[in-house]
Amino acid sequence: MGKPVIATASLAGCFGCHMSLLDIDERILKLVELVEFNKSPIDDIKEFTKPVDIGLIEGGCCNSENVHVLRDFRKNCKVLVSVGECAIMGGLPALRNGIPLKECLEEAYLNSPTIAPEDRLIPNDEDLPIILDKVYPCHEIVKIDAFLPGCPPSADLIWEALTALIEGRPLHLTYDLVKFD
Amino acid sequence: MTEIRFTIDGRACLAKPGQTIVEAAKANGVYIPVLCHYEGLKPAGSCRICTVRVAGRYMAACTQPVTEGMAVENTAPDLEDMRKSLIEMLFAEGNHLCPSCEKSGNCELQALAYRYRMMVPRFPYLWPVRTVEAGTPLVMLDRNRCVQCLRCVRGVRARDGRKIFASVRRGARVAIEIDRKLAARLSEEEARRAMDICPVGAILRKGTGFAKPIGKRRFDRTPIGADIEKGIGR
Ligand code: SF4
Ligand code: SF4
Ligand code: FES
Repeated sequence: MGKPVIATASLAGCFGCHMSLLDIDERILKLVELVEFNKSPIDDIKEFTKPVDIGLIEGGCCNSENVHVLRDFRKNCKVLVSVGECAIMGGLPALRNGIPLKECLEEAYLNSPTIAPEDRLIPNDEDLPIILDKVYPCHEIVKIDAFLPGCPPSADLIWEALTALIEGRPLHLTYDLVKFD
Repeated sequence: MTEIRFTIDGRACLAKPGQTIVEAAKANGVYIPVLCHYEGLKPAGSCRICTVRVAGRYMAACTQPVTEGMAVENTAPDLEDMRKSLIEMLFAEGNHLCPSCEKSGNCELQALAYRYRMMVPRFPYLWPVRTVEAGTPLVMLDRNRCVQCLRCVRGVRARDGRKIFASVRRGARVAIEIDRKLAARLSEEEARRAMDICPVGAILRKGTGFAKPIGKRRFDRTPIGADIEKGIGR
Protein backbone atom coordinates (compact mmCIF):
# COMPACT_ATOMS: atom_id res chain seq x y z
CA MET A 1 0.00 0.00 0.00
CA GLY A 2 1.22 3.47 -0.79
CA LYS A 3 1.25 6.42 1.57
CA PRO A 4 -2.10 7.70 2.89
CA VAL A 5 -3.43 10.47 0.67
CA ILE A 6 -4.60 13.76 2.17
CA ALA A 7 -6.70 16.57 0.71
CA THR A 8 -7.59 19.91 2.28
CA ALA A 9 -9.94 22.78 1.49
CA SER A 10 -10.93 26.12 2.94
CA LEU A 11 -14.62 26.98 2.56
CA ALA A 12 -16.04 29.98 4.46
CA GLY A 13 -12.98 30.34 6.68
CA CYS A 14 -9.97 32.61 6.97
CA PHE A 15 -7.25 30.03 6.16
CA GLY A 16 -6.19 30.21 9.81
CA CYS A 17 -6.65 26.45 10.20
CA HIS A 18 -4.38 25.82 7.21
CA MET A 19 -1.87 28.20 8.82
CA SER A 20 -2.14 26.20 12.01
CA LEU A 21 -1.40 23.02 10.04
CA LEU A 22 1.76 24.70 8.74
CA ASP A 23 2.53 25.63 12.35
CA ILE A 24 3.57 22.04 13.07
CA ASP A 25 7.01 23.45 12.26
CA GLU A 26 9.75 20.94 11.46
CA ARG A 27 7.29 18.08 11.87
CA ILE A 28 6.20 19.07 8.39
CA LEU A 29 9.27 17.24 7.06
CA LYS A 30 8.02 14.11 8.74
CA LEU A 31 4.51 14.73 7.40
CA VAL A 32 5.66 14.83 3.77
CA GLU A 33 7.34 11.50 4.36
CA LEU A 34 4.24 10.04 5.97
CA VAL A 35 1.57 11.19 3.52
CA GLU A 36 0.92 12.29 -0.02
CA PHE A 37 -1.11 15.46 -0.63
CA ASN A 38 -3.79 15.56 -3.29
CA LYS A 39 -6.32 18.37 -3.90
CA SER A 40 -5.17 21.14 -1.56
CA PRO A 41 -4.06 24.77 -1.59
CA ILE A 42 -0.80 23.48 -0.12
CA ASP A 43 0.28 21.86 -3.41
CA ASP A 44 -2.20 23.76 -5.61
CA ILE A 45 -3.80 20.61 -7.04
CA LYS A 46 -7.24 21.88 -8.11
CA GLU A 47 -9.15 18.64 -8.75
CA PHE A 48 -9.04 15.21 -7.16
CA THR A 49 -6.74 12.93 -9.16
CA LYS A 50 -7.22 9.80 -7.02
CA PRO A 51 -9.23 8.52 -4.06
CA VAL A 52 -8.23 10.23 -0.85
CA ASP A 53 -7.91 8.75 2.64
CA ILE A 54 -8.26 11.86 4.80
CA GLY A 55 -9.99 15.12 3.87
CA LEU A 56 -9.55 18.15 6.09
CA ILE A 57 -12.22 20.83 5.79
CA GLU A 58 -11.74 24.32 7.13
CA GLY A 59 -14.66 26.76 7.12
CA GLY A 60 -18.41 26.38 6.94
CA CYS A 61 -20.75 26.77 3.97
CA CYS A 62 -21.84 30.28 3.10
CA ASN A 63 -22.49 29.83 -0.64
CA SER A 64 -23.30 27.25 -3.31
CA GLU A 65 -19.63 26.84 -4.23
CA ASN A 66 -18.79 25.83 -0.64
CA VAL A 67 -21.56 23.22 -0.75
CA HIS A 68 -20.29 21.90 -4.08
CA VAL A 69 -16.69 21.59 -2.81
CA LEU A 70 -17.83 19.96 0.42
CA ARG A 71 -19.94 17.36 -1.40
CA ASP A 72 -17.03 16.69 -3.73
CA PHE A 73 -14.81 16.07 -0.71
CA ARG A 74 -17.36 13.73 0.80
CA LYS A 75 -17.50 11.76 -2.41
CA ASN A 76 -13.72 11.46 -2.72
CA CYS A 77 -12.52 11.12 0.90
CA LYS A 78 -12.76 8.03 3.06
CA VAL A 79 -12.53 10.04 6.29
CA LEU A 80 -13.74 13.62 6.39
CA VAL A 81 -12.66 15.90 9.23
CA SER A 82 -14.15 19.28 10.24
CA VAL A 83 -11.23 21.43 11.29
CA GLY A 84 -11.91 24.54 13.37
CA GLU A 85 -14.89 26.46 14.71
CA CYS A 86 -16.13 27.68 11.29
CA ALA A 87 -16.43 24.13 9.96
CA ILE A 88 -17.97 22.93 13.23
CA MET A 89 -20.39 25.74 14.02
CA GLY A 90 -20.13 28.36 11.29
CA GLY A 91 -17.64 30.42 13.29
CA LEU A 92 -17.38 34.15 12.83
CA PRO A 93 -19.01 34.11 9.37
CA ALA A 94 -22.10 32.79 11.18
CA LEU A 95 -22.38 36.14 12.94
CA ARG A 96 -24.55 37.05 9.97
CA ASN A 97 -27.03 34.27 10.70
CA GLY A 98 -29.27 36.57 12.70
CA ILE A 99 -29.35 39.25 10.00
CA PRO A 100 -31.58 38.95 6.92
CA LEU A 101 -29.50 38.31 3.79
CA LYS A 102 -30.89 41.40 2.05
CA GLU A 103 -29.62 43.62 4.87
CA CYS A 104 -26.19 41.96 4.75
CA LEU A 105 -25.83 42.56 1.01
CA GLU A 106 -27.09 46.12 1.25
CA GLU A 107 -24.69 46.90 4.07
CA ALA A 108 -21.73 45.38 2.24
CA TYR A 109 -22.36 46.69 -1.27
CA LEU A 110 -24.67 49.71 -1.03
CA ASN A 111 -24.45 51.44 2.34
CA SER A 112 -20.89 50.82 3.47
CA PRO A 113 -19.08 54.15 3.96
CA THR A 114 -16.03 52.87 2.08
CA ILE A 115 -17.87 52.37 -1.23
CA ALA A 116 -17.64 55.12 -3.83
CA PRO A 117 -21.14 56.24 -4.92
CA GLU A 118 -20.59 55.08 -8.50
CA ASP A 119 -19.67 51.55 -7.31
CA ARG A 120 -22.85 50.91 -5.35
CA LEU A 121 -24.05 47.66 -6.85
CA ILE A 122 -25.00 44.28 -5.46
CA PRO A 123 -22.99 41.77 -7.54
CA ASN A 124 -25.29 39.68 -9.69
CA ASP A 125 -23.43 37.62 -12.23
CA GLU A 126 -24.37 34.08 -13.17
CA ASP A 127 -20.76 33.01 -12.67
CA LEU A 128 -20.87 33.99 -9.01
CA PRO A 129 -21.88 31.40 -6.42
CA ILE A 130 -25.28 31.92 -4.81
CA ILE A 131 -25.12 33.13 -1.22
CA LEU A 132 -26.97 30.85 1.22
CA ASP A 133 -29.57 32.21 3.61
CA LYS A 134 -27.28 31.28 6.51
CA VAL A 135 -23.77 30.02 7.13
CA TYR A 136 -24.00 26.28 7.84
CA PRO A 137 -21.57 24.02 9.68
CA CYS A 138 -20.25 21.22 7.46
CA HIS A 139 -21.95 18.37 9.31
CA GLU A 140 -25.35 19.88 8.56
CA ILE A 141 -24.58 19.46 4.83
CA VAL A 142 -22.69 16.14 4.63
CA LYS A 143 -21.67 13.42 7.08
CA ILE A 144 -18.50 14.35 8.97
CA ASP A 145 -16.38 11.69 10.68
CA ALA A 146 -14.30 13.72 13.15
CA PHE A 147 -14.21 17.21 14.62
CA LEU A 148 -11.18 19.25 15.68
CA PRO A 149 -12.33 22.35 17.55
CA GLY A 150 -10.40 25.60 17.99
CA CYS A 151 -10.07 28.96 16.30
CA PRO A 152 -7.75 27.75 14.97
CA PRO A 153 -7.12 24.30 16.43
CA SER A 154 -3.57 24.25 17.74
CA ALA A 155 -0.83 22.74 15.60
CA ASP A 156 -0.36 20.09 18.28
CA LEU A 157 -4.03 19.10 18.09
CA ILE A 158 -3.90 18.83 14.30
CA TRP A 159 -0.66 16.85 14.47
CA GLU A 160 -2.02 14.44 17.07
CA ALA A 161 -5.24 13.93 15.10
CA LEU A 162 -3.47 13.48 11.77
CA THR A 163 -0.91 10.99 13.08
CA ALA A 164 -3.63 9.06 14.91
CA LEU A 165 -5.68 8.84 11.71
CA ILE A 166 -2.65 7.83 9.66
CA GLU A 167 -1.57 5.17 12.15
CA GLY A 168 -5.16 4.03 12.75
CA ARG A 169 -4.94 4.49 16.52
CA PRO A 170 -7.43 6.22 18.84
CA LEU A 171 -7.07 9.97 19.36
CA HIS A 172 -5.31 10.96 22.53
CA LEU A 173 -6.32 14.53 23.32
CA THR A 174 -5.04 16.06 26.56
CA TYR A 175 -7.14 18.71 28.32
CA ASP A 176 -5.09 21.67 27.11
CA LEU A 177 -5.37 20.65 23.44
CA VAL A 178 -9.13 20.93 23.08
CA LYS A 179 -10.16 24.61 23.06
CA PHE A 180 -12.93 26.48 21.26
CA ASP A 181 -10.88 29.67 20.75
CA MET B 1 -24.58 17.71 65.40
CA THR B 2 -25.25 14.21 64.07
CA GLU B 3 -23.66 13.27 60.84
CA ILE B 4 -25.50 11.68 57.96
CA ARG B 5 -23.92 8.70 56.24
CA PHE B 6 -24.47 8.30 52.52
CA THR B 7 -22.59 7.09 49.45
CA ILE B 8 -21.68 8.57 46.08
CA ASP B 9 -20.95 5.92 43.46
CA GLY B 10 -20.45 3.48 46.30
CA ARG B 11 -17.92 5.64 48.12
CA ALA B 12 -18.75 6.30 51.80
CA CYS B 13 -19.39 9.99 52.53
CA LEU B 14 -20.52 12.11 55.46
CA ALA B 15 -22.91 15.07 55.38
CA LYS B 16 -24.23 17.62 57.82
CA PRO B 17 -27.99 17.81 58.29
CA GLY B 18 -29.57 20.14 55.75
CA GLN B 19 -26.70 19.93 53.26
CA THR B 20 -27.66 19.45 49.66
CA ILE B 21 -26.12 16.61 47.65
CA VAL B 22 -23.91 19.11 45.76
CA GLU B 23 -22.61 20.71 48.96
CA ALA B 24 -22.03 17.42 50.72
CA ALA B 25 -20.33 15.94 47.66
CA LYS B 26 -18.01 18.94 47.53
CA ALA B 27 -17.16 18.56 51.21
CA ASN B 28 -16.22 14.94 50.45
CA GLY B 29 -14.04 15.85 47.49
CA VAL B 30 -16.53 14.73 44.84
CA TYR B 31 -17.43 17.05 41.98
CA ILE B 32 -21.01 17.12 40.76
CA PRO B 33 -21.16 19.52 37.81
CA VAL B 34 -23.35 22.59 38.31
CA LEU B 35 -24.22 25.53 36.12
CA CYS B 36 -27.19 27.43 37.54
CA HIS B 37 -25.91 26.87 41.07
CA TYR B 38 -23.73 29.53 42.68
CA GLU B 39 -22.38 29.34 46.17
CA GLY B 40 -24.24 31.63 48.53
CA LEU B 41 -27.38 31.92 46.38
CA LYS B 42 -30.58 30.03 47.00
CA PRO B 43 -30.50 27.07 44.57
CA ALA B 44 -32.91 27.32 41.64
CA GLY B 45 -32.64 23.84 40.15
CA SER B 46 -33.16 25.21 36.66
CA CYS B 47 -30.37 23.79 34.49
CA ARG B 48 -30.36 20.14 35.59
CA ILE B 49 -26.67 19.67 34.80
CA CYS B 50 -26.32 18.40 38.39
CA THR B 51 -28.83 15.59 37.87
CA VAL B 52 -27.94 12.47 39.88
CA ARG B 53 -29.80 9.23 40.42
CA VAL B 54 -30.99 7.93 43.77
CA ALA B 55 -32.86 4.63 43.94
CA GLY B 56 -33.65 4.88 40.23
CA ARG B 57 -35.05 8.40 40.51
CA TYR B 58 -33.47 11.44 38.91
CA MET B 59 -33.03 14.54 41.03
CA ALA B 60 -31.31 17.91 40.98
CA ALA B 61 -28.38 17.50 43.35
CA CYS B 62 -28.20 21.26 44.00
CA THR B 63 -31.66 21.40 45.57
CA GLN B 64 -31.99 17.93 47.12
CA PRO B 65 -30.90 17.53 50.76
CA VAL B 66 -28.91 14.44 51.70
CA THR B 67 -30.71 11.84 53.79
CA GLU B 68 -29.35 8.96 55.87
CA GLY B 69 -28.29 5.98 53.79
CA MET B 70 -28.83 7.70 50.45
CA ALA B 71 -26.95 5.96 47.59
CA VAL B 72 -26.18 8.64 45.00
CA GLU B 73 -25.17 7.70 41.47
CA ASN B 74 -23.06 10.49 39.99
CA THR B 75 -20.85 9.13 37.22
CA ALA B 76 -22.92 6.37 35.61
CA PRO B 77 -22.22 6.57 31.85
CA ASP B 78 -25.86 7.29 30.98
CA LEU B 79 -26.02 10.13 33.52
CA GLU B 80 -22.80 11.64 32.21
CA ASP B 81 -24.09 11.41 28.67
CA MET B 82 -27.34 13.09 29.66
CA ARG B 83 -25.37 15.95 31.22
CA LYS B 84 -23.26 16.19 28.12
CA SER B 85 -26.40 16.39 25.98
CA LEU B 86 -27.68 19.26 28.16
CA ILE B 87 -24.44 21.14 27.60
CA GLU B 88 -24.68 20.48 23.87
CA MET B 89 -28.27 21.67 23.85
CA LEU B 90 -27.25 24.97 25.46
CA PHE B 91 -24.63 25.49 22.75
CA ALA B 92 -27.14 24.75 20.00
CA GLU B 93 -29.98 26.89 21.37
CA GLY B 94 -27.92 30.06 21.89
CA ASN B 95 -25.34 31.83 19.76
CA HIS B 96 -22.03 30.78 21.27
CA LEU B 97 -19.19 32.12 19.16
CA CYS B 98 -16.44 31.38 21.64
CA PRO B 99 -13.59 32.79 19.52
CA SER B 100 -15.14 36.26 19.75
CA CYS B 101 -16.41 36.02 23.33
CA GLU B 102 -14.77 37.94 26.15
CA LYS B 103 -15.62 35.22 28.64
CA SER B 104 -13.83 32.53 26.67
CA GLY B 105 -11.39 30.72 28.95
CA ASN B 106 -13.30 31.86 32.03
CA CYS B 107 -16.74 30.56 30.99
CA GLU B 108 -18.38 27.78 32.98
CA LEU B 109 -20.47 26.49 30.06
CA GLN B 110 -17.38 26.25 27.88
CA ALA B 111 -15.44 24.64 30.73
CA LEU B 112 -18.18 22.03 31.14
CA ALA B 113 -18.01 21.36 27.40
CA TYR B 114 -14.26 20.84 27.73
CA ARG B 115 -14.69 18.57 30.70
CA TYR B 116 -17.28 16.49 28.86
CA ARG B 117 -15.21 16.52 25.66
CA MET B 118 -17.88 18.11 23.48
CA MET B 119 -16.40 18.33 20.00
CA VAL B 120 -19.67 19.35 18.36
CA PRO B 121 -23.25 19.52 19.67
CA ARG B 122 -25.39 16.56 18.61
CA PHE B 123 -28.31 18.95 17.95
CA PRO B 124 -28.71 21.30 14.99
CA TYR B 125 -27.89 24.94 15.71
CA LEU B 126 -31.02 27.05 16.11
CA TRP B 127 -29.39 30.47 15.50
CA PRO B 128 -31.98 32.37 17.56
CA VAL B 129 -32.24 36.10 16.96
CA ARG B 130 -31.49 37.78 20.30
CA THR B 131 -30.73 41.32 21.30
CA VAL B 132 -27.85 42.99 23.09
CA GLU B 133 -28.46 45.63 25.72
CA ALA B 134 -25.53 48.01 26.07
CA GLY B 135 -27.35 51.07 27.36
CA THR B 136 -25.94 51.11 30.88
CA PRO B 137 -22.60 52.66 31.75
CA LEU B 138 -20.68 49.76 33.32
CA VAL B 139 -22.23 46.48 32.17
CA MET B 140 -23.65 45.07 28.97
CA LEU B 141 -26.07 42.21 28.53
CA ASP B 142 -25.60 39.94 25.52
CA ARG B 143 -28.62 37.66 25.41
CA ASN B 144 -27.05 35.55 22.66
CA ARG B 145 -25.00 33.84 25.37
CA CYS B 146 -27.55 33.74 28.18
CA VAL B 147 -28.31 30.23 29.48
CA GLN B 148 -31.22 31.32 31.72
CA CYS B 149 -29.52 30.17 34.90
CA LEU B 150 -31.08 33.10 36.79
CA ARG B 151 -27.91 33.60 38.81
CA CYS B 152 -28.05 37.33 38.02
CA VAL B 153 -31.71 37.50 39.02
CA ARG B 154 -30.99 35.84 42.34
CA GLY B 155 -27.67 37.45 43.11
CA VAL B 156 -27.39 41.00 41.75
CA ARG B 157 -29.22 43.62 43.77
CA ALA B 158 -29.11 47.35 44.24
CA ARG B 159 -28.06 48.69 47.66
CA ASP B 160 -31.70 48.97 48.74
CA GLY B 161 -32.24 45.30 47.89
CA ARG B 162 -34.13 45.81 44.64
CA LYS B 163 -33.41 43.34 41.85
CA ILE B 164 -31.50 44.64 38.82
CA PHE B 165 -32.08 41.65 36.54
CA ALA B 166 -35.40 39.95 35.92
CA SER B 167 -36.62 37.11 33.75
CA VAL B 168 -39.44 37.99 31.33
CA ARG B 169 -41.64 35.90 29.02
CA ARG B 170 -41.67 32.10 28.97
CA GLY B 171 -40.58 29.08 26.96
CA ALA B 172 -38.40 29.72 23.93
CA ARG B 173 -38.99 33.47 24.22
CA VAL B 174 -37.75 33.80 27.78
CA ALA B 175 -35.20 36.59 28.20
CA ILE B 176 -33.34 38.49 30.87
CA GLU B 177 -34.16 42.18 31.28
CA ILE B 178 -31.95 44.69 33.00
CA ASP B 179 -33.30 47.64 35.00
CA ARG B 180 -31.41 50.43 33.33
CA LYS B 181 -31.94 53.00 36.04
CA LEU B 182 -30.76 50.73 38.84
CA ALA B 183 -27.94 49.35 36.71
CA ALA B 184 -26.71 52.88 36.06
CA ARG B 185 -26.02 53.21 39.77
CA LEU B 186 -23.88 50.07 40.07
CA SER B 187 -20.43 50.70 41.50
CA GLU B 188 -17.33 49.36 39.73
CA GLU B 189 -17.14 46.59 42.31
CA GLU B 190 -20.80 45.62 41.89
CA ALA B 191 -20.48 45.60 38.11
CA ARG B 192 -17.50 43.26 38.42
CA ARG B 193 -19.53 40.99 40.70
CA ALA B 194 -22.43 40.92 38.23
CA MET B 195 -20.01 39.76 35.53
CA ASP B 196 -18.57 37.11 37.84
CA ILE B 197 -21.99 35.82 38.87
CA CYS B 198 -22.92 35.18 35.24
CA PRO B 199 -21.42 31.78 34.32
CA VAL B 200 -21.17 32.73 30.65
CA GLY B 201 -20.37 35.89 28.71
CA ALA B 202 -23.90 37.30 28.85
CA ILE B 203 -23.10 39.95 31.45
CA LEU B 204 -19.86 41.73 30.71
CA ARG B 205 -18.09 44.52 32.52
CA LYS B 206 -17.62 47.23 29.90
CA GLY B 207 -14.22 48.66 29.07
CA THR B 208 -11.95 45.86 30.28
CA GLY B 209 -12.15 43.24 27.53
CA PHE B 210 -9.85 40.24 27.31
CA ALA B 211 -8.04 41.17 30.52
CA LYS B 212 -6.07 37.93 30.80
CA PRO B 213 -4.04 36.40 27.96
CA ILE B 214 -4.75 32.94 26.57
CA GLY B 215 -3.04 30.36 28.74
CA LYS B 216 -3.61 32.30 31.96
CA ARG B 217 -7.40 32.16 32.09
CA ARG B 218 -9.39 30.19 34.62
CA PHE B 219 -10.01 27.01 32.63
CA ASP B 220 -7.10 27.09 30.19
CA ARG B 221 -5.10 24.45 32.04
CA THR B 222 -7.37 23.08 34.79
CA PRO B 223 -10.74 21.49 34.13
CA ILE B 224 -13.76 22.82 35.96
CA GLY B 225 -14.24 20.83 39.17
CA ALA B 226 -10.57 19.85 39.47
CA ASP B 227 -10.21 22.00 42.58
CA ILE B 228 -12.95 19.99 44.31
CA GLU B 229 -11.52 16.66 43.21
CA LYS B 230 -7.97 17.51 44.18
CA GLY B 231 -6.44 14.53 45.88
CA ILE B 232 -8.91 11.98 44.59
CA GLY B 233 -8.50 10.18 41.30
CA ARG B 234 -11.36 10.23 38.85
S1 SF4 C 1 -20.51 32.42 26.80
FE1 SF4 C 1 -19.04 30.76 27.02
S2 SF4 C 1 -19.77 29.15 25.64
FE2 SF4 C 1 -20.82 31.06 25.10
S3 SF4 C 1 -19.56 32.00 23.49
FE3 SF4 C 1 -18.83 32.84 25.42
S4 SF4 C 1 -17.14 31.46 26.00
FE4 SF4 C 1 -18.32 30.38 24.46
S1 SF4 D 1 -27.49 36.81 32.10
FE1 SF4 D 1 -25.98 35.35 32.83
S2 SF4 D 1 -26.46 35.10 34.99
FE2 SF4 D 1 -28.25 36.01 34.05
S3 SF4 D 1 -29.57 34.30 33.49
FE3 SF4 D 1 -28.34 34.78 31.70
S4 SF4 D 1 -26.58 33.42 31.85
FE4 SF4 D 1 -27.54 33.45 33.88
S1 FES E 1 -26.92 23.15 39.09
FE1 FES E 1 -28.54 21.96 39.85
S2 FES E 1 -30.13 22.37 38.45
FE2 FES E 1 -28.56 23.71 37.81
